[in-house]
Order: sequence, then C-alpha cells, then structure tokens
Amino acid sequence: MSTLDTHAGHHDEGSYLSGPPGIMAKIWQWATTVDHKKIGVMYLFAVLFMFFVGGTAALLVRYELIDPMRDVITQSVNADGDLVETTTSTGENLRDLFSGLGVAGDLTGTQIYNRAFTLHGAVMVFMFIVPSIPASLGNFFLPVMLGAKDVAFPRLNLLSWYIYLFGSAFGILSILMGGVETGWTFYTPYSTTTDADHWRVVLMVTAAFILGFSSILTGLNFVVTVHKLRAPGMGWFDMPLFIWAVYATSIIQVLATPVIGITLLLLIFERIMNIGIFDPAMGGDPVLYQHFFWFYSHPVVYVMILPAMGIISELLAIHARKHIFGYRAIAFSSLGIAGVSFLVWGHHIFTAMGELAAILFSGLTFLVAIPTAIKVFNWIATLYKGSIVLNTPMCYGLMFLFTFSIGGLTGLPLATLATDLHLHDSYYVVAHFHYVMMGGTVIAFMGGIHHWWPKMFGKMYNEPGALIGMGLVFIGFNVTFFTQFFLGTQGMPRRYANYVDEFQTLHQISTYGSWILGLGFLVHLAVFVHSLIAGEKAPANPWGGLTLEWECESPPIEHNFHHEPIVKHGPYDFETTVPPHWDPKDYPIHPDAGKAAH
Amino acid sequence: MSTMTDTNPTDVPQSILKSPKHWRNRIAGHHWRSGDEEFDAAKLGMWLFLTTEVLLFAGIFCGYAVFRMMYPEAWANGSHYLDWKFGALNTGVLLISSWTAANAVRCAQLDKQFWLRVNIIVTIACAALFIFIKLKFEYMVKLGQGKAPGTFFSYPHAHDAHEPLWWSLYYIGTGIHALHVVIGAALFGVVLYYAKRYQAYGPTQYTLVENAALYWHLVDLVWIFLFPLLYLIH
Repeated sequence: MSTLDTHAGHHDEGSYLSGPPGIMAKIWQWATTVDHKKIGVMYLFAVLFMFFVGGTAALLVRYELIDPMRDVITQSVNADGDLVETTTSTGENLRDLFSGLGVAGDLTGTQIYNRAFTLHGAVMVFMFIVPSIPASLGNFFLPVMLGAKDVAFPRLNLLSWYIYLFGSAFGILSILMGGVETGWTFYTPYSTTTDADHWRVVLMVTAAFILGFSSILTGLNFVVTVHKLRAPGMGWFDMPLFIWAVYATSIIQVLATPVIGITLLLLIFERIMNIGIFDPAMGGDPVLYQHFFWFYSHPVVYVMILPAMGIISELLAIHARKHIFGYRAIAFSSLGIAGVSFLVWGHHIFTAMGELAAILFSGLTFLVAIPTAIKVFNWIATLYKGSIVLNTPMCYGLMFLFTFSIGGLTGLPLATLATDLHLHDSYYVVAHFHYVMMGGTVIAFMGGIHHWWPKMFGKMYNEPGALIGMGLVFIGFNVTFFTQFFLGTQGMPRRYANYVDEFQTLHQISTYGSWILGLGFLVHLAVFVHSLIAGEKAPANPWGGLTLEWECESPPIEHNFHHEPIVKHGPYDFETTVPPHWDPKDYPIHPDAGKAAH
Repeated sequence: MSTMTDTNPTDVPQSILKSPKHWRNRIAGHHWRSGDEEFDAAKLGMWLFLTTEVLLFAGIFCGYAVFRMMYPEAWANGSHYLDWKFGALNTGVLLISSWTAANAVRCAQLDKQFWLRVNIIVTIACAALFIFIKLKFEYMVKLGQGKAPGTFFSYPHAHDAHEPLWWSLYYIGTGIHALHVVIGAALFGVVLYYAKRYQAYGPTQYTLVENAALYWHLVDLVWIFLFPLLYLIH
C-alpha cells in the first residue's frame, strides 16, 4: 500500500466527537474507546465533577466557620422562685444544617466539621487536583502537540481511566457511609484509632492507594509518548513548554507515587491487622509514617503545579503574540523543580526531627524558589512589548502571575525555621497552600480550559460571560484567602471548628469571599453549558497558535492529523510565521510574519 | 528489535498460519511508524514500571533499616528464627527460573517454539515451587509457633518485646514479594497460552515475552536483597 492511499483514506474521517447513531451505541463507544481525546474529555468532566464535590465541602467548612461555637447559658427565675439555667448551643451551623436534613445522627458539630474538611481535602487532592491537568488537558493535547496519533499505550490509558473510576468509587463509598475525620493526610495514630469498628478509613485509604496506580500509569504513558512519538523534525527543544511541564510532572508521578502506595498499604495492614509499624504502643514509629507520606506528598504538590506552569507558558506567549522569553530556562526549570521536589519533604515535619536535619531541609526548600522565580521572571519578560489580548485565557494567565507569586513568596517564611515555629499549623499555611494550589493550579486550569475549549469541542465560549466569571473568581479567591494570612499570623490554628471571638470578623470576610468564589464558578459552568448547546462554531485556529494542535481541525479528527505533520518552525515563532488556518478577521498577525527568520 | 538469522524455523500448522495473532502476521499499532518503535516503547514503559516497583519495595527496605537501628536485639533474634537453608533453596529456585526466563526470550528470537514453551513451563513451575516452599516450610511452621505479625504474635519464648515488629516486616516484605511471584507466573501463563495457541512470538514480535522476563528478573532481584537482609545478617 502506498502512503498516498493511506492519506487519501484519512480525508473523509469525521471529528472524534462524531459517533454511531443511538445513545447506547454512543455510550458503548465512549466506554470502550482507546482514543486519547475521548479519554481526556471523560477525565475533564470527571475531575470537574470532583471539583464541584470538593468545592461544596469547602463551602460547608466556611459556613461552619462564619461564627464560633458557643454555649449560651440563660438564667431565669421560674414560677416557684427557683433560679433555672438553660444552655443553648449556638454556632454549630453544620449540625443544624444536617439535623434539618435528618442526616446528622448523633454526631457532634466538631465531628461533622472534621468530616467536611477531610472530605474537602481528600477529594480535592486525590480525585481532583492530582489528575486534573495531566489526565484531562494532558491526555488530550500531549499527543496532538507532539504530532502523534495517540499516546504510546492507548489501552493502558483506558485502564488508568477505569482505575481512576474504581478508586473514586471507594472514596465515594466511604463518604456515603459517613466520611472520615482523619484529614487528607491520614496521620497515624489518629487514622488507625478513630472509628475503630468502621471500615470508612480503610475504604478512603484504599481509594487513595488505587488512585495512585492510575496516576503512575498515566505518567508512565506520557514519558514514553514524549520519548518515542514526537513528529519528524521535533527535537526536544522544539517541544511546546506545556509538554516539558507535563513530562517533568510525569517523572515525579512515576517516581513518587509507589512510595505512597506502600505507605498506604502499610496503613491498611495496620488498621486491619494491627501490624504495629506505625503504632507507638508496639514500638512502631508514627513519625516514620509522616516521612513516608511526605516523601510522596511533597513531590506531588509539584505534580499539581508543574502542568499549570506549562499552561501559563502557552497562554502568555500565544495571547501576547510574543516569542516566549527564555525557552530553555523555563524547560530546565521544570526539570529542576521536579528534581528538588524529592529533597524537601522534611519541611512538613520540622518539629519531628533533629536540628541539623531541619536546617538542611530548610536550606533545600529555599532552592525551590530559584527555578520557580526563573519561570515567573521569564513569563513577565515574555509579556514585555507583547500585543496583549485581554481575553479570558490571558486574564487567567495574568491572575496566575499575581496569585501564584503571592503563594510562592509566602512559602519562604514557612521554609525559614524561626518564622515557621510561629506560623506552622496556622491559617497562614492554609492561605499559602491555597494561593499556590488554587491561585496556581486551578487558575491555570481554568485558563487552559478556556484556551483549548474551542479545540476540544469545536465551539466558542461566550467571552463576556467568561470574563464576568473570571472577575468573580479573582475577587472571591482573594477575599477568601488573603484574610487567612492575617488569621494565621494572629494565631488562628488550622483545622479547628471553633475560635475565639477576636477572629470572627476575618472569618466572616473569608466566608463571604467563598460565596463570591462559588458564584464565579457557577457563572463559568453556565458559560460552558451555553457553549456546548448554543456556542458559535470555532475556527481551527481562533488564537493564532503555532503549536501543532492548531493545525488540526476544531474538533480534531479521529486520528488528529490528515497527514503526519512535519515540524518546520518553533512553537513560539510568532514574529516569523503565518499561523496555520490564518483568517485575517480572527486576529492580526505580526507585520514580519512570513518573512523567514534566517 | 533486531531480527535474528533464522536457520531453523519451526513448522507452522496450517490452522494458525493465517491467524492475525501469529508472529509473522502481527502489525504495529496504528499510531506507530514501525513495529521496532512500538517494541522500544513497550520496553521503555516496562523499565519505568520496574522503577516504580523498586520504589515500592524501597518503602519496606527503609522500614527495615529504621527498625533495625531502633531495635537491633529484636532484629538479630529475628534472623535467627529463620532457616537460611530454605532461603537459599528458594534463591536457587528463583535463579534457575530467571535463567529459563532469559532463555524463553532467546528462543522466541530464534523461533524455537517448542523450547520457548518448555522454558516458560519451567519458569512457572519454579514459581510454584517457590511459593510451595514459602508456605509449607516457612509461613505455616512459623505461624503454627505463634510467630505472627503485630498483635497476632503469641510466641511464648520471645527474647525481645519488639519481635512482633520484625515479623510484621518479614511477612509484609516476603508476602508482597510472593504476590509479585504469582503475578509474574500469571503473566508467563498468558505468554504460554498465546505461544501454544497462535505461536504468537517469534523473531520480529516478542514484546510480551521480553517484558514478562524483565518483570521476572525484577522479582528475582528483590528476593536477592530480601534473602540476605532477612536470613543472613544477624
């Protein structure tokens, strides 16, 4: 068969979204697909659903904290002239809410609160943010940006998806049985002794264990894909920076996740069979659990943030129509962050180790700031003299620079031993963490979804609507979490359901902020639904991007490309290249575009 | 994948000559430019997976090291309870099986279908023998004496209060390893089925044999570390 015949055969292929007639046939086609785009889209909806679940739990946590829990004692004199004291509890908002719904049982207000924040943490970490960008946008765009027809192991990719569903089912089962109170970190001995006669902790830990395999297999698949499936002409330094970021992420996933696997397995054995490894009563060491846990869970925060940084590199360059500044510096800083990430786990447990170890971990932690700052400075330099278009993806990119920088810089006092003594386990940590994870990852994820939405679904979204949502998210996010820096420095400890009266004003502001934030995401949801139902048809290249996904149709065909693409220009050569599918009415291009660079 | 000079090809029965699963008829996945690239990718993927396995066991080795440092007495006693002869016997069994696993790959490369099957069968038999020795002469005997993990520990003549921890790590380490032995044997079972039914592996297509053998060598390697740590060091 000649190659020409093969190509001719590809021309009448439909979009990957077109399927057989009949709803059952369609469901079956999606459930058994090995197409990375369909799997990516399924992941996208799944992680967004989990974001909704975890977000609802967060709103519940904030709702409880709107006022402190108090026992109000009223004294009165009854008809016989005796002094009568009546005690009323106020401020147990969640218990009142759940009692009203008839599901509170005999749980106390603090127990319900503990379950709500554990639910928030476990769902957001294990089911939303770890798989979020790599498994959804990564799955969809990594092969396309490399010019490949699929990931290296398509069936393994489908297996990761089902493992993700299977693991999530365990987590949801645990939640439906009443949830757990351990916090998402499952610290021993608390996780081995609470609710001794219940299986909920075991189910939740098993869920995290199973989800780890999904993460490992996705990472493994991506590493091999990047090594083996780049289009002809694409060297390592011709890859878009999103690919570099996902590649660095995948390496962490492959190397760190097995350690949490064995840790959680030991925890399950501890819980079921009392093996004693983490039980001080039998000579076991609960701090060993913390070391094991953070050996995974610190690198994994870079699994959460690195792909977001990759998205930002794409967004800022394309929507400023400017060659990325410091390509290699950004690429290598991704690998640098991945490398350093394995050496800093000790900063979560400064107080549980010797002074020398603490000093070493503190010093190593500062190293993370270097590659991170290199990225931020390069992004800002990219914007300089660019033709910035203030659409939703770009606004999210700018918001990332603002909020992520706050998140990154507030991490330094936590890495400093002296200041950490005051700040650790306080709301300052909560605020820092959310500025990095939400102000970093979620914000970049939102930007990325808007950026690639036209490519994924072939529909444009409503720009003014999305900008309103973006504005609400920006205001809501900062109101919610900036106040928590003040709460933390003033001494409000994290994870407490109750607090002294002095903190009430700040807590109230934070809770009002969470409502604005929730409203912002609802606006986004409405914009997405509107786009899917009544969105304008998207052109193949609405933003003038030069990476390979913009050479595909919107949405791409089943095998992504009609012909195997040959890479002839860099991913950010806006000054010298006419973008594929360029339509002058979509956007202007650089006056020099089309003139060869050399 | 380098194609071996094939001087002595196995006869192919007519019934499977045209089967798409026969090694001569296998084609690369639609997203690969050639079968060679697909093979290289599968092998790279397997090596990455083995890395994750090493890190999984690293947790157990790390736990071993920490508790050995904390309770040297219990650890010294623990290794005295184990009979190095059974450990050595099982080491021999695994080494032989690793040799036959490597042979299986070579036989696939040379299209020696009969010897391919023989080597796989010996490998699986060794796996079964390993598990048998482990269960019959070690686990059953030890558990019968009350040398059980954690709170199930009831051995009356323990010298050190922390011996239950030793047994916890012993059972978890060797247990997870034994699970890997079973998984590896099952993987070779799949290879054997396709080799017998379709002659699915030959000079140009032996990815699964290669990867099963790689996995098996890892199982062997982990035991090579477990054996001296648990049985030999006092």
